[in-house]
Amino acid sequence: MQETRRMRSFRILTGAVLITWLVLPLIPLAIWSFAKGWFYPDLLPRNWSLRAWEYALSDTAGVIDSLWLTIWISLAATALSILVGVPAGRALGMYKFRGKEIVELMILAPTIVPGIAVVLGIHSVFISMGLNNSVTGVILVHLIPTLPYMVLVMAGIFANYDPAYEAQARSLGASPLKTFWYVTLPAIRPGIIVGGLFAFLVSWSQYILTLLIGGGRVETLPLLLFNFATAGRNDITGAIGMIYILPGIVILLLTAKHLSGRSGAVGGFGQI
Amino acid sequence: MSDRVKIFLLLLPAMTIIVVLFFGGLGIGLMRSFNYMPVIGLTEPDLSAYVSVFTDREFYLSFLLTFHIAFTSTVISSILAIGAALLLRRSFVGRGIVNFLFQLNLTVPHLVGAIGMLYLFSQSGSFARLAHEFGMIQRPSDFPALVFDPYAIGIILQYVWKEIPFIGVIVLANMQSIGEDYESVARSLGASKWQTFRFVLLPLIFPGVLSASVMVFAFTFGAYEIPAILGANFPAALPVLAYRKYTDVDLAARPEAMAMAIIIALLSAVMIYFYVRYSRRRIRG
Repeated sequence: MQETRRMRSFRILTGAVLITWLVLPLIPLAIWSFAKGWFYPDLLPRNWSLRAWEYALSDTAGVIDSLWLTIWISLAATALSILVGVPAGRALGMYKFRGKEIVELMILAPTIVPGIAVVLGIHSVFISMGLNNSVTGVILVHLIPTLPYMVLVMAGIFANYDPAYEAQARSLGASPLKTFWYVTLPAIRPGIIVGGLFAFLVSWSQYILTLLIGGGRVETLPLLLFNFATAGRNDITGAIGMIYILPGIVILLLTAKHLSGRSGAVGGFGQI
Repeated sequence: MSDRVKIFLLLLPAMTIIVVLFFGGLGIGLMRSFNYMPVIGLTEPDLSAYVSVFTDREFYLSFLLTFHIAFTSTVISSILAIGAALLLRRSFVGRGIVNFLFQLNLTVPHLVGAIGMLYLFSQSGSFARLAHEFGMIQRPSDFPALVFDPYAIGIILQYVWKEIPFIGVIVLANMQSIGEDYESVARSLGASKWQTFRFVLLPLIFPGVLSASVMVFAFTFGAYEIPAILGANFPAALPVLAYRKYTDVDLAARPEAMAMAIIIALLSAVMIYFYVRYSRRRIRG
């Protein structure tokens, strides 16, 4: 199709508007983190400072502790999702069985039903089990949004997986464990990586589940960010906000080629 | 080991977690919303929580507001996402950057977006300062209320920011797998550009758009932290209201919170129905 000149400049213009809109909300956050007071009507801060960053990175502020805690919770939720999600993905991807549609629907449901709808009920049960206000409880409740994505990604991987290689390895005398390690695992590794990164990011962005089950005692980065934002400490909010989005950017740079154009996999970011 | 046993064992751990935590959480919420909890001595279920929810004016205002937020955000995001996908389908200067930013945006948590919107659109935010710079306003209070406002404009802007890339990436993948042959045929038969889009491409991508929109609607209806940061105090979005009732010092308000949680869950069940309907159609097509 022949493109006219006007059409071309229209494309570039709308592209520029889109680029601006996509980065716009992150700009004031970044500027605030380096501002020393930034009062109306100044377009830019009069004084710049590293104070917010010094505070956020100091030992006493608790931001670093919170960062490690958030990493630990997300890693644990991801590891559990992989451990439990890979077998389930195998069942859904490789077999046809009665009730499969119902199982798929039950796994899909937590990706659509909002956390607030289930977490109130869980909270009242966790109280009696002593799991509320604990890191364990928070990790468990994070499995609700992370596990379905892991299962769905792995089901997609196993749907294109040929089990004949396993049979061949077994007939050549490999033990089940060796077969899994040397045959199955290398074949499904890309799925585990992509699914695991989604699970990590989904857990990383949880707010209301952590707030209720952690009871404010398990203070992950988003909770800290929310508190500073509502307390009006914009400079520290900016610094924590920058720290908070960093893992997502790193993961994106590491996996850019895995993500593009794979709608099923990218769908995982919906709940973030 | 027979296949049936194998399938059962493979699914067992995942299904246990989902049934116990997700459906268990829903079930307990449902029981408590009916004031039924034999463990703590409540053995006679009643409808009092629902009666007080449905006779409370705040609930209706809150429900309407939340519906408005979810509906408006979903419609605007879907339309703009289709436009963005059409743009990204062709090569132009800056396509790589838009593509990268689309994916970057997918990884940024909603909470960060909400705080960004607060700093952009509040009455002393970046846009108010720009308006002052151009002499359009004097004091911050001259700037229109776009956050904490009754129309939830700030909340909707945040969702539009976050969901254009989400729907856009899905639609783009959809367009790429459809290819351009159908459109070429339509064009060669004399259809205009608009007719080709309206009668050929749009029907083809519509199921994909709809299933993505359903996910967005359910999310925007049930999200807590975004309206908590950007929303007005009264009426508050339904998830915020439910959380407030649940953490109220008056424990009697808890069943009401549970009832609201169940109402949110019922609405998302409707969304699941549409999602399954349209995503199945998409697979068949």
